[in-house]
Amino acid sequence: MQPTLGCPVSETAGESLKTVVLNDEHIRLGGRMVPFSGYSLPVQYPTGIIAEHKWTREHAGLFDVSHMGPSLLMLNDKSGDPERDHAAIAALVEPLVTADIAGLKPAQMRYTLLLNDEGGTRDDLMIERPADPKWAGTLYIIVNAGTKQADWALIEAATAGRATLQRADDGGLLALQGPEAVAVAEALIPGVAGLGFMTCRSFDWSGTQLIISRSGYTGEDGLEILVEAEKAVQLWNALLSDPRVKPIGLGARDSLRLEAGLPLYGHDLDDTVSPIEAGLNFAVSKRRREARDFPGAARILSEISGNLTRIRVGLFVEGAPARENTTIFDMRGSGVGRITSGGFSPSLNRAIALGFVTPGHEAPGTQLQVEVRGRLQPATVAALPFVSHRYVRKATA
Amino acid sequence: MTTRFTEDHEYIRVDGATGTVGITNYAQDQLGDIVFVELPSVGQKLKKGDEAAVVESVKAASEIYSPASGTVIEVNSALASEPGLINSSADADGWIYKLRLDNAAELDSLMDDAAYKKHTA
Repeated sequence: MQPTLGCPVSETAGESLKTVVLNDEHIRLGGRMVPFSGYSLPVQYPTGIIAEHKWTREHAGLFDVSHMGPSLLMLNDKSGDPERDHAAIAALVEPLVTADIAGLKPAQMRYTLLLNDEGGTRDDLMIERPADPKWAGTLYIIVNAGTKQADWALIEAATAGRATLQRADDGGLLALQGPEAVAVAEALIPGVAGLGFMTCRSFDWSGTQLIISRSGYTGEDGLEILVEAEKAVQLWNALLSDPRVKPIGLGARDSLRLEAGLPLYGHDLDDTVSPIEAGLNFAVSKRRREARDFPGAARILSEISGNLTRIRVGLFVEGAPARENTTIFDMRGSGVGRITSGGFSPSLNRAIALGFVTPGHEAPGTQLQVEVRGRLQPATVAALPFVSHRYVRKATA
Repeated sequence: MTTRFTEDHEYIRVDGATGTVGITNYAQDQLGDIVFVELPSVGQKLKKGDEAAVVESVKAASEIYSPASGTVIEVNSALASEPGLINSSADADGWIYKLRLDNAAELDSLMDDAAYKKHTA
């Protein structure tokens, strides 16, 4: 046997790993540190992935996602009129992405896609408009760890001379997720329960300013919190001191997002996959469709009208988990697709997967097969998400 | 009864001409939660080093190589419904298969308890 922890992203040997500001805390908590996107991060703590996964679904899980790429894009020449300045920064960013950025109200955020000229996905990201009018003309942009250098270079080149990008990935980015997450945070940071789903605001806490959004990557209600480096350990430990909170590693982060049907960049999304193939039609805004003013618009609009060659689906897999790159066959034995991420669902106690199939095989209930170690196993197309999202749409206070 | 170990963290507990194969406590701890075990078939003939079983954790699959040559005489069918037995009891209830040994002398090249402790230190 070769014990392997199966890191979701392959690493270049010999490259020195960066550490996050919470590194010593992870080691103190018994975190098993693995290389991930160039950083040393905990894949799990001593209780293990299944216990951490279930704790997050039932209580509150605390994740360190400081390896990700939070940043601020600031308009250089502000008029002082908040709406005009927001419109100006939105106009600089919109040519790169699919969302209606101009239409963001103060404190609102959107999930969107950074596309290449062929309509393939360079990254999936969050873009937020700050609540405070004095920050009008600035966007808070959070990109993936593995793509952040390329994303930022692209945004800087596209906005050069008109806006300035400021990285904010030298501090802590924490995610507190689960049905008890907001109540825990509210006790520490009064007012956070007033955030609606997919909104963000800054909060004063212990002499520092936190940027908090009601969002996450688990399918549960929860928050994502940006904190400066000097205060990150204090905030991490303050949240962990609540008995409803346990630290959760990258292993459970992956199994939680898989159950929630959320794509993982570099696996379920890459620079060949369009938002429509990935089933992310909601991320291509109505106004932008009508204006046809985003990269790869011709391909994407054609796909929306039905001209697709592959579609992302969920699969229930019988027997052994079917991992990334497993071939999917129809019942006659013809290849119809490929799994892009697969594993075990702790909530459902069975193997699940995401993958792409050719049109005609995407309806929930369709019987298919997957080849694992040379043998065919039954698989059934499942409606996504596998486990219902439990986002809290309205503010709870 | 003596127990021998491979460098890849399988153990074989030998009782006369029968060997019981599993993965060590060290290995289960490295893998984390086991969620699926693919067992060999009873009657299957294995050569030393052949892939005999597969143990899947939440994140990855790991092959189990037979520590010795022989014929599979029994498999631990409890692992089908309770693969976590390997985590909770790697060296007892979490055994994987039993083998009628072809050649007990093969075991001489494997590590004894003291050598395996050193190997995982």
